Amino acid sequence: MWQVRWVLKPIVFLACLIPALHLALGALNAAGLPHVGNVSLGADPVKVMLHTCGRWTLNFLMITLCMTPLRDLTRSLLWLRFRRMFGLFALFYVSLHFTVYLLLDQSGRLDALWQDIVKRPYITIGMLGLLLLIPLGVTSTARAQRRLGRRWIQLHRLIYVIAILGVWHFWWQVKKDIREPLLYACGLTLLLGYRLWKQRNSTARVSAARFARTDGA
Amino acid sequence: MSKKFADSGRIAPSDITPHRQYLSRRTLLAGGIGLVAAQGLAGVTRRASAQSAGALAFTHNAAFSVTEQPNTYTDITTYNNYYEFGTDKSDPSENAQNFHTRPWNVTIGGEAELTGTFNLEDILKPHPLEERVYRLRCVEAWSMVIPWIGFPLGDLLKRFKPTSKAKFVEFKTLYDPKQMPGQRARVLEWPYVEGLRMDEAMHPLALMAVGLYGKVLPNQNGAPLRLIVPWKYGFKGIKSIVSIKFTERAPRTTWAGSAANEYGFFANVNPEVDHPRWSQATERHIGANAFGPRRPTLPFNGYAAQVAGLYSGMDLRKYY
Repeated sequence: MWQVRWVLKPIVFLACLIPALHLALGALNAAGLPHVGNVSLGADPVKVMLHTCGRWTLNFLMITLCMTPLRDLTRSLLWLRFRRMFGLFALFYVSLHFTVYLLLDQSGRLDALWQDIVKRPYITIGMLGLLLLIPLGVTSTARAQRRLGRRWIQLHRLIYVIAILGVWHFWWQVKKDIREPLLYACGLTLLLGYRLWKQRNSTARVSAARFARTDGA
Repeated sequence: MSKKFADSGRIAPSDITPHRQYLSRRTLLAGGIGLVAAQGLAGVTRRASAQSAGALAFTHNAAFSVTEQPNTYTDITTYNNYYEFGTDKSDPSENAQNFHTRPWNVTIGGEAELTGTFNLEDILKPHPLEERVYRLRCVEAWSMVIPWIGFPLGDLLKRFKPTSKAKFVEFKTLYDPKQMPGQRARVLEWPYVEGLRMDEAMHPLALMAVGLYGKVLPNQNGAPLRLIVPWKYGFKGIKSIVSIKFTERAPRTTWAGSAANEYGFFANVNPEVDHPRWSQATERHIGANAFGPRRPTLPFNGYAAQVAGLYSGMDLRKYY
């Protein structure tokens, strides 16, 4: 289907870039550099950039995790053709999140970064999630997938751990109002719960089938 | 029943600074001519040639002002922590526009000779207003510089003749979920409660604010009456006060009550005592140089010379 490759995918790709583009324009404006659109990020642009990138990382992790349930629900394989792109956008936004944090929030001070990683649990788990996402990005090519075979599937199950770390990081970071992280936690519970349910069902079916076979023999 | 104070009549309606003149004075300050110019102008009798909306009559108190460039009016009025109107920084400026600050009553209670419910005009009447440019350091590790208009809290408290039993002062914010949408969710325990030790409250730096940038306090900044304690984290500066009570014991304050390991009763700005989840050693200054380096946070937010004595002999790691 050439339409997916040459029309749908580029459109989705560009749409995924909108939040980053918005932040880039706002940052140029805030820095007093030439810009278009007059986007304002408010009184504290660094915080807005940091939090927006963090949110979109979580959004893309959630969207990535939606693809398999959507395939099952709609019985269409189309969804899986977007899964890698969404996963890579999660990596893209978490990289931006980290860059903004290190360069703009912490003024590029590596000692401050290290202090935060060892002293602040929410930063520790956030960093862990970021580091775990890197091998998934590196092995996202078709070639790596072929070469790793079964192990590729095992490796990419790390996305479940990464998503949990991400939501946890958000939860621990908010001062008091946990409503938004709670929303992500509920979404993630649904998405991971669906997988557990499916696995239990399929093992039940397999053992039932096996039982039926031995019974019949 | 409302009790009335004698009208000292010190605020004349004609004694008003036109906003433009005010702004030009700010420009002088920014230009580095600084305090001398400000003091000179403060002595000039102001004529109400053009009465701009919400303008207040005041004198600039240079001795109690920092010389740093204040943040813009837009920054100060659109970047607010005021959970009663929502937890996002932009929520208060959006949700507080129709908040009614008149009529407004303040109830004075507890260990004082003079107690009761007073209307705001009677509370404010005897106090000449002054401008003080203060640093503000939020517990979230950002900071601003704000030209408040107000009067010393101690002057207000003395009028009610606190007794020898009065060791603390407790303040409460209005509880009105109809007007304050943030109070419909139990993000914090409502109403918001803050408190000071009596000697802190009587310190000349503690300010009751009714305005900023020469004008009446915008709703999102805590109108009509709020507390400013510049050597403490911003959350001590309780907004839209409806109750002041003299107590013998330390009041249970909202943030300290919600997470005692993260927020203390004293909440003095202290770069050496970190919040459990983030460092307090540095701060990001809101303003023109948004991408500039973080600044080191100063003990007592730079007011150590004036207030450190209040805490001599106290372990500030324990009483954070």
